[in-house]
Amino acid sequence: MTSEIQLAGFGGQGILFAGKVLAYCGMLADREVSWLPCYGPEMRGGTCNCSVCLSDEPIGSPTVDEPDIIIAMNDPSFRKFIDTVKPGGFAFVDSTLVTASTDRNDIKVFCVPATRLASDNDLAGGANIILIGKLIRETGIISMDDIEAAIREIVPPKKAQLIENNLKAIKIGYEFM
Amino acid sequence: MSEKKLMKGNEALAEAAVRAGCKCYFGYPITPQTEIAAYMSKRMAKSGGVFLQAESEIAAINMVYGAASAGVRAMTSSSSPGVSLKSEGISYIAGCDLPCVIVNVQRGGPGLGGIQPSQSDYYMAAKAGGHGDFFMIVYAPGSVQEMADFAVRAFDTADKYRMPVMILSDGLLGQMMEPVVFPEITEKAPEKPWACVGHENKRKHNIVNSLYLVPEDLENSNRERFKKYDIVKAELPEADCYLTEDAEIIVTGYGASARIARSAVNAARAEGIKAGLIRPITLWPFPEKAYADTVDRAKAYLVVEMSMGQMVDDVRLATSCKRPVEFFGRTGGVIPKPSEVLEKIRELDKKYNKA
Repeated sequence: MTSEIQLAGFGGQGILFAGKVLAYCGMLADREVSWLPCYGPEMRGGTCNCSVCLSDEPIGSPTVDEPDIIIAMNDPSFRKFIDTVKPGGFAFVDSTLVTASTDRNDIKVFCVPATRLASDNDLAGGANIILIGKLIRETGIISMDDIEAAIREIVPPKKAQLIENNLKAIKIGYEFM
Repeated sequence: MSEKKLMKGNEALAEAAVRAGCKCYFGYPITPQTEIAAYMSKRMAKSGGVFLQAESEIAAINMVYGAASAGVRAMTSSSSPGVSLKSEGISYIAGCDLPCVIVNVQRGGPGLGGIQPSQSDYYMAAKAGGHGDFFMIVYAPGSVQEMADFAVRAFDTADKYRMPVMILSDGLLGQMMEPVVFPEITEKAPEKPWACVGHENKRKHNIVNSLYLVPEDLENSNRERFKKYDIVKAELPEADCYLTEDAEIIVTGYGASARIARSAVNAARAEGIKAGLIRPITLWPFPEKAYADTVDRAKAYLVVEMSMGQMVDDVRLATSCKRPVEFFGRTGGVIPKPSEVLEKIRELDKKYNKA
């Protein structure tokens, strides 16, 4: 099985980090993984996206043209990618920031007010991981054990307090109905 | 087995170079290879080596020239326009028969071009790395794992043949993350009795030099070097052949293009088209035999590159022009889609197979 995931938003929202968390989970589950950023001259404020592939076969192209799953964290990203999702696929949308909508009924769209949930819970910058929590719940492509291990591994030791924040964000997204 | 790490291609290459005994890294920042320099700036001092951000690419390659003359494993890295600047130094290094490693993480060109992935420096790497009669060995990694593996291999090969070795990568492989297991370092760097490290009045002094004012001397030096190239051509060519045993449409490309082509080959097979993939691992020497071995069964070849088609001529030569060789490429930093390559495979299948 192969899952192709496109994550997109503004620079600074943690799009690349969220993608890395997913890729790391895939590696912990002993699957083939790739993470490809769309790199540009800007670090913050510009649009930012990355592609993650999780597969049981060797991964050919790490680029993703028709994702099984998208995470969209702003309007331009939502508009750019919503029509590329494979029929039967998933879209996880930060509805605090995305006002656009889609009339596609061949995919499952989950609107999570992730940015508001993050600020309500004192988790500024945690909207990306809240959406990952929801993704885990709805798609089941990665396990809660792997996500916890991945976060503990990826967050640098200097920022250890962020581990608990990220785990809390996962839980909030996972439990959001 | 050692542990899997999730790393960018650029970082994996840098870490592997350090493990392979690279003691001097000289570079100058340029997207999309800057992670190599950034990683080296943190790692080199801890491993007892030298990291130096030079004032220019030209300075960096000449620092490599100096370090290599002293027998030190030395490396520089850059991206396309920066490698153009290095070409004079590369020629001097080749003219002095010095081993070193040069990394090109290609971006779109010509000129300042763009910062997105490209493969338009094939000619520069495999044919014309600088002025004069010389070649360098060129490795083309196709994954983050190979970015690491080939960094180690590049140092060993450079020392073995006393030649500059280029790792020809691109922005896609440099920027992407995949799991990597660092290779065990088994080979030790060989003794270098030719190195200029001080003779202490105990032996004749060594000279590292590429200047010959007597034409016959320069001719002899070039002829000697080309004898060595014949050995390299016999020993080194390498390609990865995927589903080529019964293939009728043979797709070929290196590095990132080969990844995309592989996805297209799988999709073509699923449609019943007998497609296969030849992925050259060494671009110089070119793995001619891998192509020659397929000529009898193949109906046509499709070269896929992120350029305007720089490897096409080598494929024509390797197949002795016995079969049609067509080209599909995107350039300027556009990454071809597997679906575009698949469409071209279908077209070739229709044109040359079903006809």
